[in-house]
Amino acid sequence: MRMKQTGSEILLESLHREGVDVFFGLPGGVVLPLYDALYSSGVRHLLVRHEQAAAFAADGYARATGKVGVCLGTSGPGATNLITALTSAMMDSIPVVALTGQVPLHLIGKDAFQECDTIGISMPSTKRSFLVRSAADIPEIMHQAFKTAVSGRPGPVLVDLPKNVLMESGETTYLNERGMEKKECIREWTDADLERAADLVLDSRRAVFYAGGGVIASQAWDELRELAELTKIPVTTTLMGLGGFPSDHRLSLGMLGMHGSYATNQSICNCDLLIAVGARFDDRVTGRLKDFSTLSKKIHIDVDPSEINKNVRIDVALVGDARQTLRALISAIQRQTDQAPAPAARQQWLQRIESWRGEHPLTYDKYGHAMKPQYVIETLCRHAAEDAIVSVDVGQHQMWTAQFWKFRQPRTWLSSSGLGSMGYGFPAAMGAQLAFPDRQVIAFVGDGGFQMTLNDLATVAQYRVPVKIAIINNRALGMVRQWQEIFFEKRYCDIDLSYAPNFAKLADSYGIRGVRVDHRADVEDAVRDLLSDREPGLIDFWVDPAENVYPIVPPGASLAEMVVEPPRVLLEEEALDDLWAV
Amino acid sequence: MLTILVVHVENHPGVLNRVASLFRRRGFNIESLAVGRTEKPGFSRMTIVVDTDEGGATRLEANLYKLVEVLQVDNLTSAAALCRDLAIIKVNLKPESRRELLELARDLGARVLRETSEYLMLEATETEDKIDSLVERLSGYGILEMARTGRVAMRY
Repeated sequence: MRMKQTGSEILLESLHREGVDVFFGLPGGVVLPLYDALYSSGVRHLLVRHEQAAAFAADGYARATGKVGVCLGTSGPGATNLITALTSAMMDSIPVVALTGQVPLHLIGKDAFQECDTIGISMPSTKRSFLVRSAADIPEIMHQAFKTAVSGRPGPVLVDLPKNVLMESGETTYLNERGMEKKECIREWTDADLERAADLVLDSRRAVFYAGGGVIASQAWDELRELAELTKIPVTTTLMGLGGFPSDHRLSLGMLGMHGSYATNQSICNCDLLIAVGARFDDRVTGRLKDFSTLSKKIHIDVDPSEINKNVRIDVALVGDARQTLRALISAIQRQTDQAPAPAARQQWLQRIESWRGEHPLTYDKYGHAMKPQYVIETLCRHAAEDAIVSVDVGQHQMWTAQFWKFRQPRTWLSSSGLGSMGYGFPAAMGAQLAFPDRQVIAFVGDGGFQMTLNDLATVAQYRVPVKIAIINNRALGMVRQWQEIFFEKRYCDIDLSYAPNFAKLADSYGIRGVRVDHRADVEDAVRDLLSDREPGLIDFWVDPAENVYPIVPPGASLAEMVVEPPRVLLEEEALDDLWAV
Repeated sequence: MLTILVVHVENHPGVLNRVASLFRRRGFNIESLAVGRTEKPGFSRMTIVVDTDEGGATRLEANLYKLVEVLQVDNLTSAAALCRDLAIIKVNLKPESRRELLELARDLGARVLRETSEYLMLEATETEDKIDSLVERLSGYGILEMARTGRVAMRY
């Protein structure tokens, strides 16, 4: 059916047809026609207080649902404020569509008011970006934008909308399926590749699964679990992969890498087969590359062929969707279970990992007087619902949450992992809460990161978004302080955040119940109270400021050289040299 | 090792920027780049020469495919293919060396485009190394100006 509508109406109709129920944004000059159309439209829009929060909220929405999150900013500063969050979504392969206003087409290139080269700026931070030149093109472009965001390796897409395009009338046709078949570089594995992989798995005695965000993106968690149980091979996940395998499973090794547990990293160092699924051998995972898992053969399952052999030499690459590939691998292995190694070998390997765990368990001072941040996180985890979504900012509290939260379900973990963008945790929680109004959403934030986006307390108060904010307050940029302590001889420079607002009172002033907790003994009650209602709430936990994240693989060191506990262990010369390169 | 990639792209604004950005972002230095229209309207063909090894070429190829505008990437490095560079060269002309220059041009496959009292304008469409040797031979006479296209390549 052909209809005559304005560009703004076409855009909102397109959003509706793509299944968008809510989006996040902040109006400005050139997007006024769009907000005018929004006035009488059914699409829900949340007014944020900074565009960065809009894009982080879209990202949180996307991680929690698997659907595309949508955000909007006006031209110029509105667009540039989105970029940090889009870069984060790009690094973590999160499907987000960003809409930006642009000056009218005839003013582009004339340095008009609030003009900027949004397409140019967004290029490295998005999978694709579009400049719309005519209202009639909007349905087609929006369809492509949504499709691009979720297809293959997901990621953010930007659509730049000049004001005249939003205002002009256009005749257009909406089609739900446009059949715009684009090439996909999926050089799928052959049966021979699959057999080789299956043989490696069956021949292995000390294998480990290394699962990343791709397991979440392709919804491969059931297949991963099935294969792990079938083969009795333990599973470690990256920061992005948390939730992809249940924490309390007997084959779960938790997180690996810089702040992974000793047992997990030892298993990586000693395994004879490493099976990477939707993971990208990030430097925080591998430590010093030349010493990374040197005894193992490697299978790499990934949808993105450009990841194969990027950092680590792969023996068998299976390029394709993780879920389908794991499913095929399960079948291939089931066909030849008679060749499986004696269960004794597998059992011995699990016992060896168990003994490493016994040597250096992941723990902290649980019984002392001080209120340890890990204790706060564990207490919240104990009281949280089974399907609670947990969002984190970046820094020490992020690592403690990754270490001590019990992940029971996929898509319950929101973290700016690759880019490591402070200010993420709170707005992302807001986005996830909009997707799931009835679930608990808990945002762990540091006192540093929270101060980057706390202005959106107003948004949460305005729309009564019932997120629960737990500030792990150590009065410092904690992770930076930790590095200065360990690697820079305690020369503390510009990490002191003791000059900060009273967060509980600040929350109160926004109309959100805020509480401050100073003593370990009060944590339990405060947490119970926080989670008891369906209103936004905040607790400012003044935790032990001296607590550090352990264990740690020093930058440039190998996983085998991890420092299990304080005090500082002297690094090798080479590791120190590498430190400066990181 | 010099790697030759032929990249078929949609002819949209910004495509060249995306391709060039990709090379920069992934740390590859482009030795030469030639872009032009193809037999299919709306599509361009890029011949990109880049100094990298086989692994680097594979990663570049995979990364190129991630650009939505890229339709096909063909690695011609070790394929049977025809490679050509085009050079236009202005050489200083002195009456006493005119005959010698014209002979040299003919021997090395260069065509005379124009002759004035000051210079000889030559065109050569040849493989890169043949043009290199032409340039070397001409340099003794004084090259006033030179333009080269970079390599274009096609499979046999």
